[in-house]
Amino acid sequence: MGMTRRLFGGAALAALALAGGAASAQDDTVRIALVVKALGIGFFEAAAEGAQEAADELGNVELIYTGPTDTTAEGQIEVINSLIAQQVDAIAVSANDTDALVPALQRAMERGITVISWDSGVAPEGREMHLNPSSNALIGNMIIKLAADHLPDGGQVAILSASATATNQNTWIEEMNAVMGNYPGIEVVATVYGDDLADKSYREAQGLMQTYPDLDAIIAPTSVGIVAAARAVEDAGKVGQVNVTGLGLPSEMAGAIESGASQSFAIWNPIDLGYSATMLAYALATDQAEAAPGAEIPMGRMGTLTLDDNSEGAMADPFTYDASNIDEFKDIF
Amino acid sequence: MTDATLVNEQRRHIPDRLEGPAARLAKRWEVLLLAVAVAIFVANSFASPYFLNAWNLSDATFNFTEKAMIAFAMALLIIAGEIDLSVASILALASTAMGAAAQLDVGVPVLVLIGLGTGLMCGAFNGLLVTGFGLPSIVVTIGTMSLFRGISYIVLGDQAYGGYPSGFSWFGRGYAFWVISIELVLFAALALIYYVVLHRTNFGRAVYAIGNNPTGALFSGIRVARVKFVLFLLTGLMSGVAAVCLTSRLGSTRPSIATGWELEVVTMVVLGGVNILGGSGSIPGVVIAAFVMGLVTFGLGLLNVPGIVMSIFVGLLLIGVIALPRLWGMWRRR
Repeated sequence: MGMTRRLFGGAALAALALAGGAASAQDDTVRIALVVKALGIGFFEAAAEGAQEAADELGNVELIYTGPTDTTAEGQIEVINSLIAQQVDAIAVSANDTDALVPALQRAMERGITVISWDSGVAPEGREMHLNPSSNALIGNMIIKLAADHLPDGGQVAILSASATATNQNTWIEEMNAVMGNYPGIEVVATVYGDDLADKSYREAQGLMQTYPDLDAIIAPTSVGIVAAARAVEDAGKVGQVNVTGLGLPSEMAGAIESGASQSFAIWNPIDLGYSATMLAYALATDQAEAAPGAEIPMGRMGTLTLDDNSEGAMADPFTYDASNIDEFKDIF
Repeated sequence: MTDATLVNEQRRHIPDRLEGPAARLAKRWEVLLLAVAVAIFVANSFASPYFLNAWNLSDATFNFTEKAMIAFAMALLIIAGEIDLSVASILALASTAMGAAAQLDVGVPVLVLIGLGTGLMCGAFNGLLVTGFGLPSIVVTIGTMSLFRGISYIVLGDQAYGGYPSGFSWFGRGYAFWVISIELVLFAALALIYYVVLHRTNFGRAVYAIGNNPTGALFSGIRVARVKFVLFLLTGLMSGVAAVCLTSRLGSTRPSIATGWELEVVTMVVLGGVNILGGSGSIPGVVIAAFVMGLVTFGLGLLNVPGIVMSIFVGLLLIGVIALPRLWGMWRRR
């Protein structure tokens, strides 16, 4: 009897200490949960690294990096439910489904938790704001700038896109055409479509080089097309003559950078993205800023984010990858 | 009974069982599992200050209610010596069918009927291949696992169906009273129905008989193929029920919906004490196993244990709970 009482007494004390510890920790630290589509994906691991950087910089932040094992909405809801139960201060989520997370996230907001989405957004009623890695205008400008930077005397460029009906690519090409005036001497000679298939993109790139012998650059605003185009340039022995650029993944493009088929390319930087999301969540959770159309919210070393009418904002220009930093990023995503 | 036989029996008493009722009860799988559940519950309450909260616990039930609904039918199927690995894919296809129907502005009852009907049809397809052509169920359902989800992927690609009528959310997001959700009530009702079917009807006896000895069952007049076909219909139907609940809860359908659930359902059934080789098992065991898995995943979730580590934990739990009684027996015999 004495033994059991001692046991129970000890356990109760431990529970009290635990509860007390958690309560006092709650008072001064801000607990921010970074919820990703699934754990074990390089892109999100890098984002978590950036988020930790932000947490260290802020000092009083406890970062919870979490997510489901599969990229399913129901898995993310389980994770969000357990975060609501823990009464975290903020949830920053890259969503597996625009609509499915809304009820769970609304419940989180009802209980005073700051909710933002980043990378892959949640419908407006399920979050306070959304952080886009970049904007269509910035991407459109970036892809032509990447080509023009290596053509000081002007030249011929061609575009290898995904499919003719791909909304993203068409918007970016439109935005690119809008700023062509800023790049005198650069002439877009053709736009072809590889349908995001490796072999078709490869043949289209070959065709471009045969049709336009003086071609200086191929811009492929798609991660499939850019790799195929780089291989076509290598196989045609035109490394140094034709520069392949656009949007691609460092892990897939490392070879093309090494061979010289591509001088540089761009994509968002996941480290900056995780960093900014954490900074924004902190600013909102501590009431230093309010998420409303037109609001300007600080995000540390990344400057400030301006929200549009849908309470969305674009973080920055796509990040440029070249021989100087490809080794650092090729293992990440 | 005459006095003479009574005296006779008393003199040469041979007990039916070697142990008393208490000892037998203590060794029952369900009791062992219940002890594990209580232990996990207590451990969770000490590990996290947020665990003992009615609403949090209510949220946690959603982690297992839908899977458990499928697990009841799966338990019967496994007891009868068959298995259905296509349940999660049936769920995805049923959800896709409901999503397609929702785009045509049909009412809630029609949506539910479409979900259940799709489940039944998939179950009938599995059942026909297994009982009609005598194919092994594990092979058939591995095939239909890819087939059913494949159709969802062809229909949806990287798109999603949304726009379900507002009344449809009642199934997955509604509450019967206070913290008791509609899903939890449905879970309890289905548990009761499956308990009666398996433990109190001739059909249930036939299921056990088939699992223990299909040939013997056939020769004793049980229509083995028909019972098995009905069991495949039931797993299909329950996948349809789970599809209604999950789709209603999410309010949207993607082809990746419920990925990997077939293994979690089988884990739940085996953890519940159902012999994977057929012939034995009980519904109360599966009910407790559902709670154990729900409590474990929710408790670990509160401690922010990553999902990958959680699966390791569930795997160890499964091996542990199954191996412990055997080890105990080996140790006793020495």
